[in-house]
Amino acid sequence: MSVRTGHIAGINGNMLVVDFADFVVQNEVAYALTGKERLKSEVIRVRGKKAELQVYENTEGLKVGDPVEFTGELLAVKLGPGLLTQIFDGLQNPLPEIAEKCGFFLKRGFYIEPLSDKKDWEFTPIAEVNQKVRAGDYLGKVPEGIFDHYIMVPFEMRGEYEVISVAAKGSYKITDNIAELKDSRGQKYNINMIQVWPVKIPIAAYREKLKPEEPLVTKVRIIDTMVPIARGGTYCIPGPFGAGKTVLQQITSRNAEVDIVIIAACGERAGEVVETLKEFPKLIDPRTEKPLIERTIIICNTSSMPVAARESSVYTAVTLAEYYRQMGLNVLLLADSTSRWAQAMREMSGRLEEIPGEEAFPAYLESRIASFYERAGIVRLNNGELGSVTIGGAVSPAGGNFEEPVTQATLKVVGAFLGLSRERSDARRYPSIDVLDSWSKYKSFVDPEQIAYARGLLVKSAEVDQMMKVVGEEGTSLADFIDYLKGEYIDEVYLQQNAYDKVDDATSEDRQKYVFNVLHEILTARLKLRDKDAARSFFHEIRQIFRNWNSAPWESDEFKKLEKSLRKRVAEISDLPITGSGRKDAGESGQEVRNEKDTEEAEDNGDAKENGRDTKDKKTVNKKETKDTARSGPV
Amino acid sequence: MRKVYSRIIQISGDVITVEAKGVANRELAEITTSRGKSLAQVIRLDGDKVYLQVFAGSRGVSTGDEVRFLGHRMQVSFSDDLLGRIFNGSGIPRDNGPALAENVVEIGGPSVNPAKRIIPRKMVRTGIPMIDVFNSLVVSQKLPIFSVAGEPYNELLARIALQAEVDIIILGGMGLKYDDYLYFRDTLEKYGALSRSIFFVHTAADPTVECTMVPDMCLAVAEQFAVTGKAILVLLTDMTNFADSLKEIAITMEQVPSNRGYPGDLYSQLAARYEKAVDFEGSGSITILAVTTMPGDDITHPVPDNTGYITEGQLYLKNGRIEPFGSLSRLKQQVNDKTREDHRTVMNSMIQLYADYKETKEKEAMGFQMTRWDRKLLKYGEMFEKKMMDLSVNIPLEKALDLGWEIMADCFTPQETGIKTEMIEKFWPQGRNEGRDVEEEGEDAEEAGAAEVNDVLEVDSGREGDEIVEEALSDDSVPGPPESADLVTKEVN
Repeated sequence: MSVRTGHIAGINGNMLVVDFADFVVQNEVAYALTGKERLKSEVIRVRGKKAELQVYENTEGLKVGDPVEFTGELLAVKLGPGLLTQIFDGLQNPLPEIAEKCGFFLKRGFYIEPLSDKKDWEFTPIAEVNQKVRAGDYLGKVPEGIFDHYIMVPFEMRGEYEVISVAAKGSYKITDNIAELKDSRGQKYNINMIQVWPVKIPIAAYREKLKPEEPLVTKVRIIDTMVPIARGGTYCIPGPFGAGKTVLQQITSRNAEVDIVIIAACGERAGEVVETLKEFPKLIDPRTEKPLIERTIIICNTSSMPVAARESSVYTAVTLAEYYRQMGLNVLLLADSTSRWAQAMREMSGRLEEIPGEEAFPAYLESRIASFYERAGIVRLNNGELGSVTIGGAVSPAGGNFEEPVTQATLKVVGAFLGLSRERSDARRYPSIDVLDSWSKYKSFVDPEQIAYARGLLVKSAEVDQMMKVVGEEGTSLADFIDYLKGEYIDEVYLQQNAYDKVDDATSEDRQKYVFNVLHEILTARLKLRDKDAARSFFHEIRQIFRNWNSAPWESDEFKKLEKSLRKRVAEISDLPITGSGRKDAGESGQEVRNEKDTEEAEDNGDAKENGRDTKDKKTVNKKETKDTARSGPV
Repeated sequence: MRKVYSRIIQISGDVITVEAKGVANRELAEITTSRGKSLAQVIRLDGDKVYLQVFAGSRGVSTGDEVRFLGHRMQVSFSDDLLGRIFNGSGIPRDNGPALAENVVEIGGPSVNPAKRIIPRKMVRTGIPMIDVFNSLVVSQKLPIFSVAGEPYNELLARIALQAEVDIIILGGMGLKYDDYLYFRDTLEKYGALSRSIFFVHTAADPTVECTMVPDMCLAVAEQFAVTGKAILVLLTDMTNFADSLKEIAITMEQVPSNRGYPGDLYSQLAARYEKAVDFEGSGSITILAVTTMPGDDITHPVPDNTGYITEGQLYLKNGRIEPFGSLSRLKQQVNDKTREDHRTVMNSMIQLYADYKETKEKEAMGFQMTRWDRKLLKYGEMFEKKMMDLSVNIPLEKALDLGWEIMADCFTPQETGIKTEMIEKFWPQGRNEGRDVEEEGEDAEEAGAAEVNDVLEVDSGREGDEIVEEALSDDSVPGPPESADLVTKEVN
């Protein structure tokens, strides 16, 4: 087949108008040729005999009349062993290899194969001759770092096939044939270790998609306890700049309990990617005792790299995630930031002179965002095992205003909303997730009643805080004031977490359950405090101990010692038992202890909102009285 | 000699359209008008129609004027001869010196491969505590100064330029007032820094298109010096004018505006410039300090907003001070653990306390009674503002940290600061009055506030909520000094 060609008829930014002769395919890849350079582009609209192309490169120097070649293929990625530990750009070019060849700067039109065909892989066959297989079934496996990388029947092969032969155990390159299949009509197919898959189409070679229910432990207390996320679920992190989106994503990428993390740095700062890039080879994953980079793929299309490739970078990332899900692995995809991707769409839409929607975003913004997040999910594979892709997307709303189109479109489709607030980050309260604004549809592993109790206190505390701004501290009752302090206390010792402290950085599931239980005991203890100053300095004091406790390694002597001194200090002015609640195993047995003690509160708190309102009413009445008291007091 | 075209078919704003063949995207052209020659750049091609933005503006351009395409893109000469020179946005000298034409490089080159970047690790000391202690500036950082018109941002920029340890200073002025331009020139000259400086200045009176060229000119030169091993500080003032120029041209080109008339690619345009900040492994570096004026002190205005998402933090200049809230250096964590071990502790604690002070200040303004704690905070806040925040304070980092401890010890007990015990033991200044003076001073006046509800009561959080409220209100107060003071004193001793 001869190459279909066309000629440039117009250039506007990164958009080309191309005259073509016979036909073009929507979304096919084309190359614009200038001098020796071949610039990758994609057909995005066809009108009459003119095709409009977005170019994944800078278009400087292109001329009207320059030739364009059409390839007939959709924008696709190569899937196969050797993807892990790599750093790709949005078009799956390995950046370190480009650096080797081009030096400090990127070079336009310079593309490198993502997978090395030089490397040998130890292949072990799984499928047997005459076995019936379908897309996604395992033919064999090769070890890739700490994982078994399964070589599968290509996802694009529809229907049932019969295995004619499988390569014997041994060493092969990715381009070597490792199996031969036959379809019902007798047509034969040679299979090697590489698959090519178009990025904008989901991989669906599994039996069924399930509901995400199992919590995904991120070891960030505020997330796991208050706004949990689930394996196979989706969540978004909107926040104004400087609120800590990226840091939160980085922490999650280090500590989350998943098999593989894929980081899509989409239109953000290069410096942030560099941190991940340079630190991950050094950081050891406690679960596998291997460097974190071995379970990581980075897709990096930072803000100064060509805009169109930003869009492809999120699709590339999610396609790789889906590929590893097919191997029964749990994959976490962190996209930072989906707003930049939306902006890339907006730029292109503007050049196409489409009728703009809200804030000039294109009308298809919502459906694009929805279909991206819908690619997450926990699935039952053909062999009955489970695999999952969890997507966490950062959103950078213009002006920090969550009402803008990208945030709103995202909120419609995600399972958890972790909203970051400028106020919290200004007050250096990290992670700056605003718990009262945020929500999650998933379940936490921490006792839900304890959570509800704490949340009730946080709501109350925020109310009292608001009220104190109006009536002042002296106009607030001691009981309200103590609730206020308790809310602050929960925030200071549990919700806030110091990412720069070696221990506090990551709190395991067991530790969270245990510590939250102790916190619950402190919050529900009957405190004997004589006035506000006493209350304040008491909470200051136990805050100190608790924070030290947070920095003590789990179950170390220091941990036990600090717990004891914390209990002792609280017991001095309350009914808290000095010895622990005996809740060492934190799980089910602890429940009983709590139950016999706190049933009442829990119930009470179940309808915390109503109670809140009640108390509020009372407060307004009491306010006056308190003020009177204050005035008459010293007289 | 390349062909000359003289069929200008459209003039709109500073953009002219001419019919020509074989023209490359972003190519330069020279247009000869009755007022002289000007450069112009191709910004769009549509069949034979070539759209050009004219650097000197389209005023006086005739439809019969000649356009000659130069066959190359925008370039800038690069050599040591640049040092001490001043140019305009087109690269033409404005200091009566000779024009430079040798060793030219194209501006707006490709971006640095992220895989070749390194983690920033060198601090730039400025002698300004609000920067050094709280928001350390780091080599290869891109940091804007968010400011309202009228704030002394150019003075701050000049001061940092003079005190920072860099090899070369490159100043890009966009829409600069003429006196500000003279201020920069004279200040750098006075302190002997002009000979290691290069200026690309577009003043408010110059044509718009030149304004959009300034950052690229500065950064192209900076990049060339950086790969030869020099540490470069690029100062850009003011990036809002740059964005406004982009807006002007976008509107002329009939682009669909996205937000308050700014083009949809504002983010990408700003990022392409700021991302030039880099630390080359085994070679030099580029650090960018830019001024972004915020119309109406509105941080959600598209320019500061987009900038904030690109840069590694921002300094927020307000009322002649660098505000600790709103200011942030994202890279400070890379360096402030290597300065002195108490750096982070001082930074965090002082800011949290200052936040508390701000709240108290609000309460005070609304006429509420001040508790003992409030008065401690007020004292602290005032000391902090006077001794730390004032822009005239010029002390090295270590002195500033010591000062921080002194201020805290003057106002608080160790517990009240929430600092970890080991740090307290090591750094808490001995022999200070540990925050007790406030209590003593204000004891009488304060009795009213502190003793308002000092009855002993049992609180059982939420349960029996009704009773608590009632209990708290029951008027059998126990008179006498509150116990807390004793408790605190005991702990300290």
